[in-house]
Amino acid sequence: MKTVEVKINGQSVQADAAGSILDAAKLAGTKIPILCAHPDLTAWGACGICIVKIEGNPRLVRACTTKVVPGQNYITHDPEIQKIRKTVIELILSNHPQECLTCARNQACELQKLATDFCIREVPYDTNIMDLPKDTSTESVILDPVKCVQCGRCALVCQSLQDVWALEFLERGEKTRLAPSADVLLDESPCIKCGQCAAHCPVGAIYEKDETDKFLAAVLAKNTHVSVQIAPAIRVALGEAFGMKPGSIVTGKIYAALRKLGADSVFDTNFGADLTVMEEGSEFVEKFLNRKGDLPQLTSCCPAWTDYMEKYYPDMIPHFSTAKSPMMMQGAMAKTYFAQQKNLDPKDIYSVAIMPCTAKKFEIRRSSDMNSSGAPDVDLVLTTRELGRLIKMAGIDFENLADEKADSPIGLYTGAGTIFGVTGGVMEAALRTAYKLVAGEELKNVEINPVRGTDGVKKGVIDIKGTAVKVAAAHGMINVKSILEEIREAKKTGKPMPYDFVEVMACYGGCIAGGGQPYETDDKVRAARTAGLYTDDAKSQLRCSHLNPEILHIYEKFLGKPCSDKAHKYLHTHYQKRPVYKK
Amino acid sequence: MAVETAEEIKFSPELLAFIESWKKKPGNLIMVLHKVQEELGFLPRQAAIKVSELLEVPLAKVYGVLTFYHYFKRTKPGKYNIQVCMGTACYLKGGDDLISELEKLLGVPLNEVTEDGLFSVESVRCVGCCGLAPLFVVGGEVYGKLALEQVAGIVEDLRKQG
Repeated sequence: MKTVEVKINGQSVQADAAGSILDAAKLAGTKIPILCAHPDLTAWGACGICIVKIEGNPRLVRACTTKVVPGQNYITHDPEIQKIRKTVIELILSNHPQECLTCARNQACELQKLATDFCIREVPYDTNIMDLPKDTSTESVILDPVKCVQCGRCALVCQSLQDVWALEFLERGEKTRLAPSADVLLDESPCIKCGQCAAHCPVGAIYEKDETDKFLAAVLAKNTHVSVQIAPAIRVALGEAFGMKPGSIVTGKIYAALRKLGADSVFDTNFGADLTVMEEGSEFVEKFLNRKGDLPQLTSCCPAWTDYMEKYYPDMIPHFSTAKSPMMMQGAMAKTYFAQQKNLDPKDIYSVAIMPCTAKKFEIRRSSDMNSSGAPDVDLVLTTRELGRLIKMAGIDFENLADEKADSPIGLYTGAGTIFGVTGGVMEAALRTAYKLVAGEELKNVEINPVRGTDGVKKGVIDIKGTAVKVAAAHGMINVKSILEEIREAKKTGKPMPYDFVEVMACYGGCIAGGGQPYETDDKVRAARTAGLYTDDAKSQLRCSHLNPEILHIYEKFLGKPCSDKAHKYLHTHYQKRPVYKK
Repeated sequence: MAVETAEEIKFSPELLAFIESWKKKPGNLIMVLHKVQEELGFLPRQAAIKVSELLEVPLAKVYGVLTFYHYFKRTKPGKYNIQVCMGTACYLKGGDDLISELEKLLGVPLNEVTEDGLFSVESVRCVGCCGLAPLFVVGGEVYGKLALEQVAGIVEDLRKQG
């Protein structure tokens, strides 16, 4: 990185020559307030709060979109700048409903924080609040365009990071409004429900559909057995809701908190992930060794990705692993095998999944295969943020809870299961077991580095006793396209396939940075949560799914063999072509 | 929200050739939308979808542009779309009085179509003949230096033509 010397309020810093004044100020430890800029996105200078002075220049510039010039001194704070910033905030507030107490982002709102910091006690301008309806058409997120501050983050995320193009600003001037693209309902748009718009929105204009009341009602209901599972990525993020550092592993505390909340059985989606490895890994090995079926095999754990594929790349359906996601497998096993073991009527089980993801709320109803037990295999999905609120509502002292264990016989997990929450993890977990299936012996070093890391697309060739397996892992939908196009090209021209096995996660970083995770996720937080999951794996006594005794047990007692007819009935699904626009 | 047509829209071979010739050029979206509106009279949803497919541009982007510019219409205008100029000169000479008079005569507000589908009124930016203010344009023909009393007669003539 080429650096240049600039000054921030007289203090010299070596700033990135291609960086902005905002980046340079960060190096100097100076906090310039922002509302529209976000470290994940290319700044576009929508809000105007980050204005600064250049010494010797009468013009104010936006720190986020102005590149540093060597030798310049930038004044980031003085009473005049602060007054202008205050005016900008007041103007934004004049178009913003004053409904903070009942807003989904109350106390987690970037605009509210700015209003607090700038001591705003009244809005001195006429207010002009748009009259637009809420969009509640999806199971996952709610769009409230009235609260939109037109920072543009959601549309940028949806278009430039996810390549989905479900959101766009329509009209202009004071009529400008955020809308699902082509002015339809969100559910009729190309939206894949990943929730990255909600994760990036600074205010309460897009937020997850809160279903905490359904959980409370289930706990209150008589003769209902509430069974809860937690996804891999929850254990390294939920602590943030209680002031703990990102990446803190709080698995045992979550189990304990769920029991305090009234859960009758507490399971771990990591067990479901181990089961997924057995099914998906066996499916792959069958295709790979016997050349039956289409390679590369594409992973199918991520519901936003499957939705994207069904809409944009339906020609890839034959490549998709038919294995359900860990959540759906876990739910199916809770309502069948576990119900049998405990003599419970599956109808009396209310199956809840705590997920880092808003698309999971949609997944549980995506097709009739999700009712393999005869009823919905998962009745309710709550995001990490919703669980955080439930724990606070119940007055649980989360930080000081003593660790507890998950329930048997579908609660024990291996390190392979836990890394499902991070990009490359599904691939790594599957390869650990595929190695055993192909080579007949255990992999000595289970850490598969080519699929680790933050590159948008990771490629590698894994040697299984002289057999080369070409793999790739992509995360963030924009990074998936190149791989899919390569596959399409190879199919068209009859050239050898560039890959045998491809993992896709819709969110950049994987589930640890899912749309339902605690707010303020950036690369630093992603790295900390990722490190948390790899630590959880490294500390596990068992690191390969096929060594999990509860997995071996469930095949022996219930499922038979991986990919057996019974396994297919409960653990596999189908895909279908869907239109990009429903209308 | 705009009334949408359900059936698929057919573009003429000339229009398709025009779109093809602009496909790789920067700034093509606005040019193409102009041409499509010229042929269809407006830009219904199905036309926007077709443009998006032909230019390989996300529909979101097409809608971003076509809702940004007032010139693009998402609803079908009347057979006689009366474009009342509201440029500076016409505005000062009583362009808005022309609009009120037309609304009164036709019984529909701005940008809506009469029940028989014959008339609609829209307000447009300067059409470039300020010397004729106040004025409106119908089907490319300019009616200039208008007095309010003349409006009813013009509307009647158009109605007779059917």
